[in-house]
Amino acid sequence: MISKTAIVGASSGLHARPAARFSQAVADSGIDVDITFQGTGVDASSVLEVMTLGVGSGDEVTLSTANDADASTLDELVALLASDLDAE
Amino acid sequence: MSIVGTAIGVDSSEAPSHDPEGDSATVQLAMQRVAEQLRARAERSSGNAKDVLSATAQLASDRGLLKTVTGHLRNGEGITSAVHNAVGEYAEKLQRLGGYMAERVADLHDVRDRVICELRGEDAPGVPELSEPSILVAKDLAPAETATLDPAIVLGIITEEGGPTSHTAILAAQLGIPAAVKVSGIVQAAHTSDELALDGGAGMVLVDPSATEITELGERSARRTVLLSGSHGQGLTKDGRHIALLANIGSAADATKAAALDLEGSGLFRTEFMFLDRQDAPSVEEQTDTYTRVIESFGNRRVVVRTLDAGADKPLAFTQMPEEENPALGIRGLRLGMRKQELLDTQLEALSRAYRATHGDLWVMAPMVADVDEAHYFAQKVRALGLPKVGVMIEVPAAALRASRVLREVDFASIGTNDLAQYTMAADRLNGELAGLLSPWQPAVLEMISFACKGGATTHSHIGVCGEAGGDPLLALVLVGLGVTSLSMAPKKVAAVRASLAMHDCSRCQEMAQAALDSSTAAQARDAVISMADPAVRDLL
Repeated sequence: MISKTAIVGASSGLHARPAARFSQAVADSGIDVDITFQGTGVDASSVLEVMTLGVGSGDEVTLSTANDADASTLDELVALLASDLDAE
Repeated sequence: MSIVGTAIGVDSSEAPSHDPEGDSATVQLAMQRVAEQLRARAERSSGNAKDVLSATAQLASDRGLLKTVTGHLRNGEGITSAVHNAVGEYAEKLQRLGGYMAERVADLHDVRDRVICELRGEDAPGVPELSEPSILVAKDLAPAETATLDPAIVLGIITEEGGPTSHTAILAAQLGIPAAVKVSGIVQAAHTSDELALDGGAGMVLVDPSATEITELGERSARRTVLLSGSHGQGLTKDGRHIALLANIGSAADATKAAALDLEGSGLFRTEFMFLDRQDAPSVEEQTDTYTRVIESFGNRRVVVRTLDAGADKPLAFTQMPEEENPALGIRGLRLGMRKQELLDTQLEALSRAYRATHGDLWVMAPMVADVDEAHYFAQKVRALGLPKVGVMIEVPAAALRASRVLREVDFASIGTNDLAQYTMAADRLNGELAGLLSPWQPAVLEMISFACKGGATTHSHIGVCGEAGGDPLLALVLVGLGVTSLSMAPKKVAAVRASLAMHDCSRCQEMAQAALDSSTAAQARDAVISMADPAVRDLL
């Protein structure tokens, strides 16, 4: 089990489009990832779960996955969250 | 014709789930099929429609949704109930988040209905794929569905529900698709008939039209084409009074399109779109850029900008205003601006920067002004920034009745007929069943407009109309007769209104206005005006 924190860079937070891009990336990675915000952890590959967390721009979230070997994948997802997902 | 399926419910008599894991697998398969269909449609679409369809496809294959459905199945719910209730949970959460998130609820409900249909082995709801140009018949159409319609293949839209000012009707008008709404019994009639004819202008539907009727419609359409092709330049009555004909727009892209047309500017730039789709208010720089582009699109033509019209009915993610029992009567329009002053101040600052950059013909007005204090508040803010023209919307009866006092504070007013009708008749705009009460032909609504115009006359103020009423070639004559000096409408309607004005003297318009005011009902008012108008106007309706 490994966890990493990320600061959300999308200028409007994880609303529809940024949430969709992020959860698609999680699904494409093929590993199970949880995203935790303010004590609530959800399946990061679900756009509905991610959207309904209500994460705003600059908020800190935690990503975690069961297998330590997936650390580099988690790093990529952290970097994606930190980028401006709103930008085209 | 093509008939769109009606609302999907749950199977009320279905058995509780005895095999939750098996049922979950069935739901998963249905969700996958729905997602595939949507992705296939997205592949063949472009632009806005492609984005909407791809996003909906992603919702349809959502793992969280499947997990929640499975939870409901384990609680012993029937299979369609489980889908229905799981979606309901997410919809409620999204609704609570408000703003743009709340707008996703319609997409989620669309997914729910598609999955339930798939489970039942029925055709997908929503607009079917059209193989040939067709008239679309539906109980009602979601705005998202309407927005993705292709005017090249959808010849017309007929719905049983929805009012003339519902978003679907407005979107159809913007796409230039003829539409008739509130046509009771049309879905039934469409099922039992071979052919339908629609005259969108007149809101007339012919079921199994005869050869003669089809010929007549065709001839009418040809006459209309001739009238419209002869309509150019400024809006002028037959005796030469200038009535500015303007476009209603909602974005910089709309401005570019409208500015390419033969019209005199924009009489209503709705600025909400910049605010609704996001978690933070747009910065002064971003707004300045948008306003500058809109003003530049129109060159030296008029641009009337309405400051943010949001509130509990169109919630913003970043204002954190409480929910209200009666949003239409609550904190919206300028009322919101007075409570969230930084929002209004930022917007006005951006407008003044755009004005200094362009020196265009910029007019700035506030929505939902009710009294003199509010008009004064807004006017002093706008003038302090050196903006050249300040005005108010007249959509609250109080402001119409007291227009002479309100107009002492500002330079102009614009009548929002949709909201003015809603508030005069105490009838919710969004309730299709009340469409009759909301007709702008209601003599009480016309009387209210007359009050506003008379008030404006005492201060020699410019009074415009920027509701749907302004785009009706017949009603436009009445409005001019009542004293309105500009009309703003969906851009595609300008040519018909211009042609209608050119056929009538001012004095004739005044007589028609008086006849409408003297009528007892909306239908009588319209009949009276039709009988007095040049017969050729009928071809424009």
